[in-house]
Amino acid sequence: MMGGPLEPLFDVEEMELSFGPQHPSTHGVLRVMLKLDGEKIMDAKPIIGYLHRGTEKLFETEPFPQCIPHTDRLDYVAAATNNQGFVVTMEKLLGITIPPRAAYIRMILAELGRISSHLVWLATHAIDLGAITPFFYNFREREEILDLFEAYCGARLTLNTMRVGGVPFELPDGWVDQCSDFIDRFPKHVDEYEQLLTGNRIWKRRTIGIGVISAEEAIEMGLTGPPLRGSGVKWDIRKVFPYDHYDEIDFEIPVGSNGDTYDRYLVRMQEMRQSARIIRQCLDRLPEGPVMAKVPKVLRSPEGMVYASVEGPKGELGYFIVATPKGTTPYRCHVRPPSFINLQALPEMVQGLLVADLVAVIGTLDIVLGEIDR
Amino acid sequence: MQAPLIQFIVIPIVKIVVILAVVLLVVAYLTFAERKILAYMQVRLGPNRVGPKGWLQPIADGLKLFAKEDLIPAKAEKAVFMLAPAMIMVPALLAFSVIPFAPATDLFGLLPKAMPPYVTDINIALLFVLGISSIGVFGIILGGWSSNNKFSMMGGLRSAAQMVSYEVPMGFAIIAVLLMARSLSLVKIVEAQQAAHLWFFIPGILALGIYFICGVAETNRNPFDLPEAESELVAGFHTEYSGMKFAFFFLAEYTNMLVVSSLATIMFFGGWLQPFPNVAWLSFLGVIPPVIWFAVKVACFIFVYMWFRGTFPRYRFDQLMQVGWKWLIPLSLANLVIVGVGVLLVKG
Repeated sequence: MMGGPLEPLFDVEEMELSFGPQHPSTHGVLRVMLKLDGEKIMDAKPIIGYLHRGTEKLFETEPFPQCIPHTDRLDYVAAATNNQGFVVTMEKLLGITIPPRAAYIRMILAELGRISSHLVWLATHAIDLGAITPFFYNFREREEILDLFEAYCGARLTLNTMRVGGVPFELPDGWVDQCSDFIDRFPKHVDEYEQLLTGNRIWKRRTIGIGVISAEEAIEMGLTGPPLRGSGVKWDIRKVFPYDHYDEIDFEIPVGSNGDTYDRYLVRMQEMRQSARIIRQCLDRLPEGPVMAKVPKVLRSPEGMVYASVEGPKGELGYFIVATPKGTTPYRCHVRPPSFINLQALPEMVQGLLVADLVAVIGTLDIVLGEIDR
Repeated sequence: MQAPLIQFIVIPIVKIVVILAVVLLVVAYLTFAERKILAYMQVRLGPNRVGPKGWLQPIADGLKLFAKEDLIPAKAEKAVFMLAPAMIMVPALLAFSVIPFAPATDLFGLLPKAMPPYVTDINIALLFVLGISSIGVFGIILGGWSSNNKFSMMGGLRSAAQMVSYEVPMGFAIIAVLLMARSLSLVKIVEAQQAAHLWFFIPGILALGIYFICGVAETNRNPFDLPEAESELVAGFHTEYSGMKFAFFFLAEYTNMLVVSSLATIMFFGGWLQPFPNVAWLSFLGVIPPVIWFAVKVACFIFVYMWFRGTFPRYRFDQLMQVGWKWLIPLSLANLVIVGVGVLLVKG
């Protein structure tokens, strides 16, 4: 699979096709330059940068707490884990331990975010492959999650819902019941989606054996999240480097075996069920107490460099912060976005496939251009 | 006026105008039906703002498309680009000239003698419809090619390959009906089913399946909607079309659905015949006029079309060819042998 473009069989003229940046299936403003032999992809080159907003540079000008809203705009379909990544890194830098209740609320929000991100992935992935109905079922459930977010912090998409030292608000009255009610129903809804797709012959033919990536290649390219686990590697930051209180929660890491689009689909479907299980446990064990640790009004950093990461819905989301003594802003803040690194597998995965498979592979990588371009 | 003038000029023209008007109206409301049915399958309401419960939506859509700017890309092949929508719409409508939707009637005594309501009944009607409908593919190929857009061209190429390979098993499936009815005239086919007291879908269940699958592929509908695959080719062959030219492609698709469903009704479900004519306690069904029976049967097929769209993902190009050549053609040939032997045993 690795290596240069395939040699065409006959003396043919290759067609160059600019797939995107305005294309419904590139999930944002991704542009893929294709070299086609008929419908066969000889070479694919992703071109990025159409959504670059200079977020990492902006971090350098903002006081630490004000960096958090910028993280919302990275992976904008799962803002909670972005916040979590940044505050976990800051807490590591400043040596702050957060109260258990805050950690549990964070886990609940992050897992809700993971479910909603996977719902958006499934909806768009299915539409790319021509199945339009799952989209509406997915968005029906996503709506309930967004309502939960709105009830908690007032925002639905760009949440800005975590602080260095905890979370900003106590859970509002009735929120636990509302969330609990949703989580109890949710696995049944996942059954509905699976009924439409999992056993469907056309769905299987479109996904099995498409975009295969072996475990070794996946590790070599630094893939994380479902694209890595779909190839059979049991790697999840929540288990291997637990943050917040994931070490107290009982959950499994679903893995695939073939590393194809179908296995990644199954992995994400299982992850939604596992997330529901995590939220269930968090709600049951929710400890009493404050939701915010004692932190100074103005955060001043010690000198140092720190890297910490969380398991985002797309993979390992890491923040690398360089701090100056008594600084109020990061000297440098680098984001390790999972989508950016997962995207580099695209040319390898689509080589020799057809144009129709390209949209399947882009869908299965589950990229968000917000965090690729930053 | 002289009698031949009335018989050969006036009456056909009146029929043509009425049938065209009805077909176009039905087609317009098919788009509405599709949106509503899909909406209810997808936990939403569908169009419900224009007119009572959204019933004027197709009219509003038509007006909107008329008012839209009619854009022709600068580097398009202008003449072909203009011709393509007509080349797909005209054959689709032409097929209705031979589709018998009801037997000869005197309109409850309004006419002096019973007269067939369809335009004409020619003895090669089936062949005519098949021939006419394969002209439609030129509209798609030329539309895709003349747009001078790579996505459109790929859509055009896909549809060329698709239509050619699916017309073969479709033809074989139709031959099975032919063997049973021993006529190419659509009216005769219905009458043969009446005489046999048996609708052909019972002996021809396999032929029905093959015919309908091919019909779905011929009309470029999900799961075979590759030529216009929204998520890959961004509407494929009609990407560059706007206004009424786009509307022609859109309406032609629905008209073709109607043609395929009508043919399926005529060939396999007894056309305008009522079910169970000889069961005494169901004799009240005879009150319902034949044209309603025809419409109900066609509507069932149309519903299946929409059901497909709400349920299935899309095939990939090579898989579509595999299904056509490796499954449908051998299956339709086998079916032909089975039906042939059956006909020989029963009639011979």
